[in-house]
Amino acid sequence: MTPTSTQGKPAPSLWKRLQAGSIEQLHVRLESLIVLIVLAGIMAMLSPFFLSVSNFLNILLATSTIGVLAIAATFVIGSGGLDLSLGSVMGLSGVVGAYVGVNWGLPMPIAVAACIGAGAAAGFVNGTIVTRAYVPAFIVTLGMLGIARGLALVISDGRVIYGLPPSMVYLGQGRPLSIPMPVIIFVTTAIVMHCVLAYTRYGRHTLAIGDSENAARTAGINIERHRRSLYTLSGALAGLGGLLFTARINAGDPTAGLTYELTAITAAIIGGTNLFGGRGSILGTMVGALIMGVLQNGLNLLAVQSYYQQMAIGAVLILAVFIDQYQLRKETRV
Amino acid sequence: MTLLDVTGITKSFGAVHVLHGVDFHVDAGEVVGLVGDNGAGKSTLMKIVTGMYSADSGNITLEGKPILGFDPGERRSLGIEMIYQDLALAKQQDVASNIFLGREPVRKILGMNFVDRATMKREAQAMIDRLGARLPAISRPVGSFSGGQQQSVAIARALTFDPKIVIMDEPTAALAVREVQGVLDLIRQLKSEGIGVILISHRLNDVLSVTDRIVVLRQGQATADLTTSETNMAEVVSAIVGGDDMAAAAEHESRG
Repeated sequence: MTPTSTQGKPAPSLWKRLQAGSIEQLHVRLESLIVLIVLAGIMAMLSPFFLSVSNFLNILLATSTIGVLAIAATFVIGSGGLDLSLGSVMGLSGVVGAYVGVNWGLPMPIAVAACIGAGAAAGFVNGTIVTRAYVPAFIVTLGMLGIARGLALVISDGRVIYGLPPSMVYLGQGRPLSIPMPVIIFVTTAIVMHCVLAYTRYGRHTLAIGDSENAARTAGINIERHRRSLYTLSGALAGLGGLLFTARINAGDPTAGLTYELTAITAAIIGGTNLFGGRGSILGTMVGALIMGVLQNGLNLLAVQSYYQQMAIGAVLILAVFIDQYQLRKETRV
Repeated sequence: MTLLDVTGITKSFGAVHVLHGVDFHVDAGEVVGLVGDNGAGKSTLMKIVTGMYSADSGNITLEGKPILGFDPGERRSLGIEMIYQDLALAKQQDVASNIFLGREPVRKILGMNFVDRATMKREAQAMIDRLGARLPAISRPVGSFSGGQQQSVAIARALTFDPKIVIMDEPTAALAVREVQGVLDLIRQLKSEGIGVILISHRLNDVLSVTDRIVVLRQGQATADLTTSETNMAEVVSAIVGGDDMAAAAEHESRG
């Protein structure tokens, strides 16, 4: 890592240039890409089953629900906020969708809309309280974590709702061109949301608010309205996550998504989202989610107890934030 | 011609009355110094002009048009820019993102409005070059720059959209001597382009050297409006600390 010199002027090292290029072109941190590749390499060497198309689709399928939630986490954390209610809202949405589809017997599109709408409504409540009542997001969404979970249990009377309409189950179990539907929905959502965050004014303003509320305010951005829309978006994505989960297991489970918010936030942070806002990208978060997916999948293939998997993911989270903070301290004067 | 006209502005924060009916105006191509002790209400008054705070009563017009009903973003597009003392930069974002924050040019692709990064980069670079600022790289986060370089970015942001009036809050407070001269030269250049400038500063030497008029704010009122060419340091200081005309005159006389 010694800097090479051209005409007396120190040129940045290859490593630095690769780092900058990776962030500028792909919006992904080079470190997380390397970790993902190394991890996949290790798993491929350890298990003959790892490197196959079907296993790759398995990883994506297993990552799809968490991945959608991690997209929501990236937007909210990137704006300097926090949404701890992701898992509970996902559970609530799934139950609402199942209830509308099964107990009311309404057609699939309405059940799907109810599912995502329930999530968006919960997010809108979060956003309104955060921006109008000035209660910290940590508290509001922690409260919503309890409220949404409780409401899911009330609606379902504490029982799992079985017997979804087949067209709804297709969203979770269908395999057009032998690609699982949740994977198609997840990847499409990720691509669209990546473009929104990286290339639209809405996305740029999201990160600017997380970077410096003062800068965004003086630039004339309506911070309260933007924040509220972010929590609403977060809730809607949690609703989509709930839809994928419910459709896949063909049941509205009021306990679905328990602690998923922690996994989603972990994926966002591993992917390079700044915990305090101002930086983040969906592609980065997808790499983060895949690191966790590969880790879980590989350890499964190696028949390692799931308790150890939880420990491994916790350790990766702390390591990722350590590297991030170390580099930030080295590079910027804040 | 009066560019900015501020009349009878009052503002209270709870029981604290900060501004008690402030009147002052700025003409096109005029540099007005706004001075006063800490707590005199300078920053509050400017934040009311930019729309960050709302006024309790009074009126503000820009080129004869009332502006108090507009939000900060709308007032920027009308041509009111402010360079804040803390610069108000988003430090993890690059130069172009900061300069164009809130006003990003967009291109329609597949029905979606995408931020036009190429245009932003090009125009940001052009503005930085015009200011003669030397930045390490325009694509780096501004948090990695020195204080003076960061200020260049803040200045570039204020000037990119052809402002009519530029408010500068302590622009020289944190700068080295050479950089101070750069800022003062810039103010003179803005004046020559017909842009109104309000300079808030505790450095009275800077204020005396670059302004046309000096408005003194004391206890929430504009207590003096001095023509720079006809005043001096002693009179300004006296107006700031509240010595009456007699005391100022006496000091003036004693200096011969």
